[in-house]
Amino acid sequence: MEKLLEVNNLHVSFDTYGGEVKAVRGVDFDVHKGETLAIVGESGSGKSVTTKALMQLLPKPPARIKEGEVLFEGRDLAKLSEKQMQKIRGKDLSMIFQDPMTSLNPTMKVGNQIMEGLIKHQKMSKGEAKRRVLELLELVGIPDAESRMKQYPHQFSGGMRQRVVVAIALACNPKLLIADEPTTALDVTIQAQILELMKNIQKKTDSAIIFITHDLGVVANVADRVAVMYAGKIVEIGTVDDIFYNPQHPYTWGLLGSMPSLDSADEDLYAIQGSPPDMIAPPKGDAFAARNDYALKIDLEQEPPMFKVSDSHYAATWLLHEHAPEIEPPESVKRRMKGMARSASGNSEGDQL
Amino acid sequence: MTRYIIQRLVYMFITLFLIATFSFFLMKFLPGTPLTAEDKLSEAQKAIVMEKYGLNEPVPVQYAKYMTGLAQGDLGVSFQFDNREVTQIIMERIGPSAMLGAQSMAVGTILGMLLGLVSAIYHNGFLDYGSTFVAVVGKSIPSFVFAGLLQYFVAVRLGWLPVALWEGWEYSILPTIALAIFPIAIAARFMRTEMLEVLGSDYITTARAKGVNKFGVVFKHGLRNALIPLITVLGPLAISLMTGTFVIEQIFAVPGLGEQFVTSVTTNDFPVIMGTTLLIAFLFITIVLVVDLLYGVIDPRIRLTEGE
Repeated sequence: MEKLLEVNNLHVSFDTYGGEVKAVRGVDFDVHKGETLAIVGESGSGKSVTTKALMQLLPKPPARIKEGEVLFEGRDLAKLSEKQMQKIRGKDLSMIFQDPMTSLNPTMKVGNQIMEGLIKHQKMSKGEAKRRVLELLELVGIPDAESRMKQYPHQFSGGMRQRVVVAIALACNPKLLIADEPTTALDVTIQAQILELMKNIQKKTDSAIIFITHDLGVVANVADRVAVMYAGKIVEIGTVDDIFYNPQHPYTWGLLGSMPSLDSADEDLYAIQGSPPDMIAPPKGDAFAARNDYALKIDLEQEPPMFKVSDSHYAATWLLHEHAPEIEPPESVKRRMKGMARSASGNSEGDQL
Repeated sequence: MTRYIIQRLVYMFITLFLIATFSFFLMKFLPGTPLTAEDKLSEAQKAIVMEKYGLNEPVPVQYAKYMTGLAQGDLGVSFQFDNREVTQIIMERIGPSAMLGAQSMAVGTILGMLLGLVSAIYHNGFLDYGSTFVAVVGKSIPSFVFAGLLQYFVAVRLGWLPVALWEGWEYSILPTIALAIFPIAIAARFMRTEMLEVLGSDYITTARAKGVNKFGVVFKHGLRNALIPLITVLGPLAISLMTGTFVIEQIFAVPGLGEQFVTSVTTNDFPVIMGTTLLIAFLFITIVLVVDLLYGVIDPRIRLTEGE
């Protein structure tokens, strides 16, 4: 498959009074045409910052891309001017935000908010743009589009607003859609509807999606590949099957283990001990070592490189080094993996909610 | 909507009635009579004058008479200004005050908003500090200081504009500038704070993610959302400027309402005090209604729906 986006060694820092917060510390990944890459990790792991940096939406200052490149169709977005970015944002790259209650302009009619991108990027006339808005509203499943487009956001429910946000993002048929926790602020039934909607739209438009979430259930449902982030780095990346059935990094084990499931009703829910490191002064060696039950001596000294597990699967843990001891994932994670395999072979949709 | 406006008009009427009543009785508590300053009159002459204006009647009777006159649009006759009708005096005096007020409000609001916008857009930059400095100076230094400085430098030293008096449009320029400093400072401060808050909100990120440029972000998406607090403070400010500012009118010798009002209070000119108070009250509650209606125009969430 053709590469659409290639992120190489991306570093993003925030200059604060307390010091330089190294939010993203060398991230590499790529996204192919038409695929969905999920980025998972706990709050503060750098997921949102990474994607906002791709779109150049971070406020500068305090944010700053220290080094690295973001190649989108061969062009390095990190080096483009604000003017050049304005031509790409909303056209080739677009974004769906977390909270639909605040991400729409309260004083502008919904139709106009969707139209804005069309008029700007596709040089449509008002009439053409209006026809396209009606199409889009139908696509995202908003009934009675003709009268709805003349209404304001406060006249829509949360789920309906998120559909509007999706319509805005889709307006110009973007090649890459970044969804930053698009279902986190919605209730569970609406979450499922929005996920379904996004999957259907991807089938129709064939755009690539970067899906940020901390809900592993959602990942299993929508993603082709998964990148696990911790303390500003990708610690493991692979296909959904790689990550769910053959996880290598102890942090991934912890994430999978701490996901509640129907099978785990008899046991205590696993939690990763401790808290994320201070990103002003990240620890020496592996940032996860302090919270890692399987940490080796070298973890405290030297950062692990990316070890290749298979052609699609890489993980940054010394446990994969040839001299490392053989360590099995904990029992609870193994049980979870078996449970996953069972539910995946049965009904693959909707059961994660 | 129509029902709402009618309802508000009824409330306005009641408010005016209450204000008229309160100020009438408060005024009667003022020490002295309109004749306190007239040393040359004998007691008997004073009694005749008091009789003529009905001032020797019991206060409730005077009140009833005044209110009857008011209901017919009669504000009475001034005790001091050659027996002229209060309505006539106010009409004559409101012109210069309203003109100065309207001009300084327009200049102040526009310049202040621009300053505030510049501040917000170039947040923490050189222009921001510059415009914040202007706002702080404008808010903390009283307008009569500026008035004096303007008169000295622009009128006396440079001779570009007349120092004082009211004989043509060019006479209104200096007082307008002196009066505009305060609204400039207020508008700049509110605009800056509100715009900064709006620019940090999620829907602005959405707009930027659409590829909207800086100008579009600020004017198309930001401005309308930042206006609500601004019009809340600017409405009442406009009234106080338009109904006469005593100090500025004195300094520039403008024959305005402010000067008139103060003279009438010191001389116990009851009908003029009442007339001016009622006019200011009327303008005030009208502006409050207009501001309330503007909220709805600016923010659809505050808009009223019919028959709900």
